[in-house]
Amino acid sequence: MNKAKKILKLFLAFLKIGGFTFGGGYAMIPLIQKEAVEKQGWVTDEDILEILAIAESTPGPIAINSATFIGYKTAGVLGSAAATFGVVLPSFVIISIIARVLTEFSHIDVVRYAFLGIRAGVIGLVIKAVYTMFRKVKKNAMAYVVMLLAFVCVAIFDIHVLIVIASCAVIGLIYSLTLGRKEQGV
Amino acid sequence: MIYLELLWTFFKIGLFTFGGGYAMLPLIQEEVISHGWMTDEQIIDFIAVSESTPGPFAINIATYIGTEMGNGFWGGLLGAFCATLGVVLPSFIIILIVAKCFEKFKTNKIISGCMTGLKPAVIGLIASAVVSMAHTVFFPSGVSFDVFKELQFYILAAIALVMAFLAIKKVHPILIICISAVIGIGVGYGLGL
Repeated sequence: MNKAKKILKLFLAFLKIGGFTFGGGYAMIPLIQKEAVEKQGWVTDEDILEILAIAESTPGPIAINSATFIGYKTAGVLGSAAATFGVVLPSFVIISIIARVLTEFSHIDVVRYAFLGIRAGVIGLVIKAVYTMFRKVKKNAMAYVVMLLAFVCVAIFDIHVLIVIASCAVIGLIYSLTLGRKEQGV
Repeated sequence: MIYLELLWTFFKIGLFTFGGGYAMLPLIQEEVISHGWMTDEQIIDFIAVSESTPGPFAINIATYIGTEMGNGFWGGLLGAFCATLGVVLPSFIIILIVAKCFEKFKTNKIISGCMTGLKPAVIGLIASAVVSMAHTVFFPSGVSFDVFKELQFYILAAIALVMAFLAIKKVHPILIICISAVIGIGVGYGLGL
């Protein structure tokens, strides 16, 4: 297959992935598997697992990370640009339209009341996000200390989030190079 | 210049968000509110919008704020473009680098070391976002004991807890938002707010 065709296919596949993943994040993994592994054979299932591992240790949304990675593996830098553009485009178009009408509707009583309930419901959704992440994370003394420290620094002392993120990364690094080594038996 | 500010602010947000999803919520709250681009309430409302439309939260909120901040139709489009480009660029660049030297990256002790600290930190950060959201929703006119005399407070708190439970039981987020909206409408008219 020539390169231009490959790049177009990457764009279209990720356009579909971007357009049909609600809520983002891990919700899009099955769709990526279907498009990039089963249909096109661009990457393997093992690649997907590696992409997930990378996505977790690099910044940014999983959607962008996997689009860039698969695009690059398949067709180089242009491929990664095409895939990333494709995955972003549906959100971009839909939200651009919504942004222009959302404020118009926000003063109607029904909409106002609906959002009263929705705001409380959204808190429920974010509580669930905390719960699932808490279940997944490796738990040891350091993890509990960092969790509590990050929470207290931001919620109570109002310290800037970036400072907290950077400090916690340093704590993790020092821990894994000293105490954590014994734990892992290295 | 608003467009450069959008680009730079969302670049920062994109660069320092690990873990995807709501991991970026605390940083977005901090940056967006300090710029006066959105209120606490608007951010919470937008989470609902983002859950009901395709695409990652980060992209959606970048596009939304960019559109709102730009002047007129074309300004809005340019604003959305700058903010979205900003939030995407860090991942894009970093993944390109990682894809080139993947084996070294996988076994890098410094990166994996930082991650052992970042993973639990993100949980604490999102928990703090829950607290600030609860403050906005449950205590709209500031924290005081008067709130506990109002029926509205107990209904909203009940919605949040029940919806958290339903979400953990794998009920789809869009359905959760719909149920919450219906209860909200019932409460709004019922209590004559």
